Amino acid sequence: MAAPLALVLVVAVTVRAALFRSSLAEFISERVEVVSPLSSWKRVVEGLSLLDLGVSPYSGAVFHETPLIIYLFHFLIDYAELVFMITDVLTAVALYFAIQDFNKVVFKKQKLLLELDQYAPDVAELIRTPMEMRYIPLKVALFYLLNPYTVLSCVAKSTCAINNTLIAFFILTTIKGSAFLSAIFLALATYQSLYPLTLFVPGLLYLLQRQYIPVKVKSKAFWIFSWEYAMMYVGSLVVIICLSFFLLSSWDFIPAVYGFMEHPIFFMFIQMAIISIFKSYPTVGDVALYMAFFPVWNHLYRFLRNIFVLTCIIIVCSLLFPVLWHLWIYAGSANSNFFYAITLTFNVGQILLISDYFYAFLRREYYLTHGLYLTAKDGTEAMLVLK
Amino acid sequence: MGLLSDPVRRRALARLVLRLNAPLCVLSYVAGIAWFLALAFPPLTQRTYMSENAMGSTMVEEQFAGGDRARGFARDFAAHRRKSGALPVAWLERTMRSVGLEVYTQSFSRKLPFPDETHERYMVSGTNVYGILRAPRAASTESLVLTVPCGPDSTNSQAVGLLLALAAHFRGQIYWAKDIIFLVTEQDLLGTEAWLEAYHDINVTGMQSSPLQGRAGAIQAAVALELSSDVVTSLDVAVEGLNGQLPNLDLLNLFQTFCQKGGLLCTLQGKLQPQDWTSVDGPLQALQTLLLMVLQQASGRPHGPHGLFLRYRVEALTIRGINSFRQYKYDLVAVGKALEGVFRKLNHLLERLHQSFFFYLLPALSRFVSIGLYMPAAGFLLLVLGLKALELWMQLHEAGVGPEEPGGASGPSPPLLPAQSVGLASLVAPLLISQAMGLALYVLPVLGQHVATQHFPVAEAEAVVLTLLAIYAAGLALPHSTQRVVSAQAPDRGWMALKLVALIYLALQLACIALTNFSLGFLLAATMVPAAALTKPCGPRPLYAMLLVLTSPAATLLGSLFLWRELREAPLSLADGWQLFLVALAQGVLEHHTYGALLFPLLALGLYPCWLLFWNVLFWK
Repeated sequence: MAAPLALVLVVAVTVRAALFRSSLAEFISERVEVVSPLSSWKRVVEGLSLLDLGVSPYSGAVFHETPLIIYLFHFLIDYAELVFMITDVLTAVALYFAIQDFNKVVFKKQKLLLELDQYAPDVAELIRTPMEMRYIPLKVALFYLLNPYTVLSCVAKSTCAINNTLIAFFILTTIKGSAFLSAIFLALATYQSLYPLTLFVPGLLYLLQRQYIPVKVKSKAFWIFSWEYAMMYVGSLVVIICLSFFLLSSWDFIPAVYGFMEHPIFFMFIQMAIISIFKSYPTVGDVALYMAFFPVWNHLYRFLRNIFVLTCIIIVCSLLFPVLWHLWIYAGSANSNFFYAITLTFNVGQILLISDYFYAFLRREYYLTHGLYLTAKDGTEAMLVLK
Repeated sequence: MGLLSDPVRRRALARLVLRLNAPLCVLSYVAGIAWFLALAFPPLTQRTYMSENAMGSTMVEEQFAGGDRARGFARDFAAHRRKSGALPVAWLERTMRSVGLEVYTQSFSRKLPFPDETHERYMVSGTNVYGILRAPRAASTESLVLTVPCGPDSTNSQAVGLLLALAAHFRGQIYWAKDIIFLVTEQDLLGTEAWLEAYHDINVTGMQSSPLQGRAGAIQAAVALELSSDVVTSLDVAVEGLNGQLPNLDLLNLFQTFCQKGGLLCTLQGKLQPQDWTSVDGPLQALQTLLLMVLQQASGRPHGPHGLFLRYRVEALTIRGINSFRQYKYDLVAVGKALEGVFRKLNHLLERLHQSFFFYLLPALSRFVSIGLYMPAAGFLLLVLGLKALELWMQLHEAGVGPEEPGGASGPSPPLLPAQSVGLASLVAPLLISQAMGLALYVLPVLGQHVATQHFPVAEAEAVVLTLLAIYAAGLALPHSTQRVVSAQAPDRGWMALKLVALIYLALQLACIALTNFSLGFLLAATMVPAAALTKPCGPRPLYAMLLVLTSPAATLLGSLFLWRELREAPLSLADGWQLFLVALAQGVLEHHTYGALLFPLLALGLYPCWLLFWNVLFWK
């Protein structure tokens, strides 16, 4: 598996290097869909030059990056393009190994449930085989690296790519089972943008599940492990914050989110999608990360209901963004309502896509336990309806 | 979300769409065309009205009386021009200074990508002269422009004379709140483009020009004047600009108000408005005017210097004086008074013109159709493509084939789903090859003109046009080569998947085009949609092939040229039409390089590859 992965990495790096050298790089870095005030490279450079002059980078309300990012680029400013290409490569490699391990776990669990006769007798075609799961890690890496959204974000040097890398490493370390490293990476990701805080719960649930600790209020092991994980996380966060002499102004309290106790990775996927839909200043780089996971849920394809309409909505909106921007800013004949209508439609498309995947997942679980060909009481073919 | 998740209703809807697909498509197409034709008739057209408050209720009294002075200036300009052969820059500078303006000049030069046969120029150079009348008590933050284009074939001496006389008259008034720039450009539109680029300090078309020494603030509005005779019978107004952009309707309303006030006849496309809307003659003439405007807007050419101003958000009009065989003639004083009134009203503006419509169609000079009323026509046409795509998707899925993994790594195309019953790998080849042909069509003619002139006895312009046609025709031979690449992998249903992708691609392109230039989008949709919907490899292949060739972008261009001349009541013979077609191709490529017109890249890089995909579908084995 190493050779195809290496080939994919080489192709991805070549594409990015070619784009960096072309005249499109500047054009892309100014597109509003790719960079936001929170992730723009121009602001990083501004912050660095303010730092060189001895002024605090945060005076002027322009710079929104974290102090660790400033210090990282203070030493690496000459190699900025290389840094961004390397972060993309690291993200893809991390996702590759994470999904490889995840597939092994899924297959083991499926085998266990099969042996325990937990599935209905006629669901042979729904059972996943190692053969069909073999290329999934490679496809995930491919999807992430060659996604036009990712390439555009990399060429625009948007710091969203660094956030993606941290989240990918968090996923890798969580699946591998190392609680300490997982807490550190989650702390780094949360430190940069607040939203990965919501990934704490699914990460904790997966680590518990991996060690076969039951999730019950009375279980002592549960409380001890959760306490350890939380302490590592909070401790790393505090250390990072103190390291940078900068105090975040507020902590968002995560609402209690329940469900998917048995499938934390799917939960994580849904959470990432919800983060990228509802965050302020979203860009296409956020969309790219959770879209890379689509090959992992390949087996749900037959249960998706509206995939054609939703794909069309997302493609149409992606194409209409620059057209309506042009009409608003350059032709002066539209106004901001048109552009934001397209943003809303894009978000509606994403929400419908996520709920479709959700529904498909539930349906497959139901079929696995109750049989694929359902009959109603009078013998006719029954249909599942979500109430 | 009942419709999307309730299986009973979904199945009923799916069955409805599949069974009624053909009648729905035909109905939708006919509705689109009928809606468009109905736009010329009274319920859908509205009378124009002034929307900008600052320009509506104020009264102005024109006092221009410099007719003799204007004629004198015109005679001097014509004489100096004949003597020197080019624009008499020194004379213009002296005269403008004597009138009381701040005078500056700008020189520009450019080597065209290939020689321009219609204007007979290749290495173009010239000088623009402009004078600024500073407003006496304002801060020079806003300005208005009066421009006269002087080219080798159109001397416009009376226009220059009137410009200078107006400048002299304006200089004596105290009510100006904005600066006025009086601009005389050389080499027609090239000079105007050079001046505009230098004024806004950008360089998008590769023009080399000296930087401007004097500026006057943000330009609010501009009027371009073309007059070649001492007396006029009517004033013709042109609105279509570069890439189909139109000025704000208020500017047209303003001009028409002042023509009516002074009793001047105002024409659109050379014809007077129909007075009688009750019988059928009026609406028929309105339909003719509407079709002409659609054809002119679709061509994307700037029909006058105003077309280049529009790109910089400066509302502009071109006014041409016509001297035809009418009894009553108007002299320069009448024209001058109308212009003085227009400028005085524009002086009252508090902000840029934005109240009235930016997207409209004109069936007559005082009637318009707004975007809300004409867009459904394009919507109905694109609905046909959507219905066809939906039908194909359902057919592909009802074929009963489950999701198969494409062999090996799938092609790089997220967000499309990874598994379709055909596999993406077999679709990537035709897509890439068609796109490569489009790229060749865009890049090769201008790049390869020198190679072509060495090997064949043709001039460069002819070489460019003939290379264009050759590459276009070479695309017709493609299916034989793509089949060899694809046939190893594609199963029988491959053509359905390719047609689905092609339909979505075409619908997306036409939607994006229709949003920025409705006329071009509608014209292309009206011709390409039936052929795209009907194409399939089974059935009468020669008939479909002929239909597809007749509706290809080049054939649409040829047809529109014939239609345009027919509507202008100067019909063409076949040989003349072909000559005009070749000239139009050369002009299209040239305008893309000199002004940034987008018709050529859109057709070459967007619609031609899409059309090639349908050609591939037709010849699928």
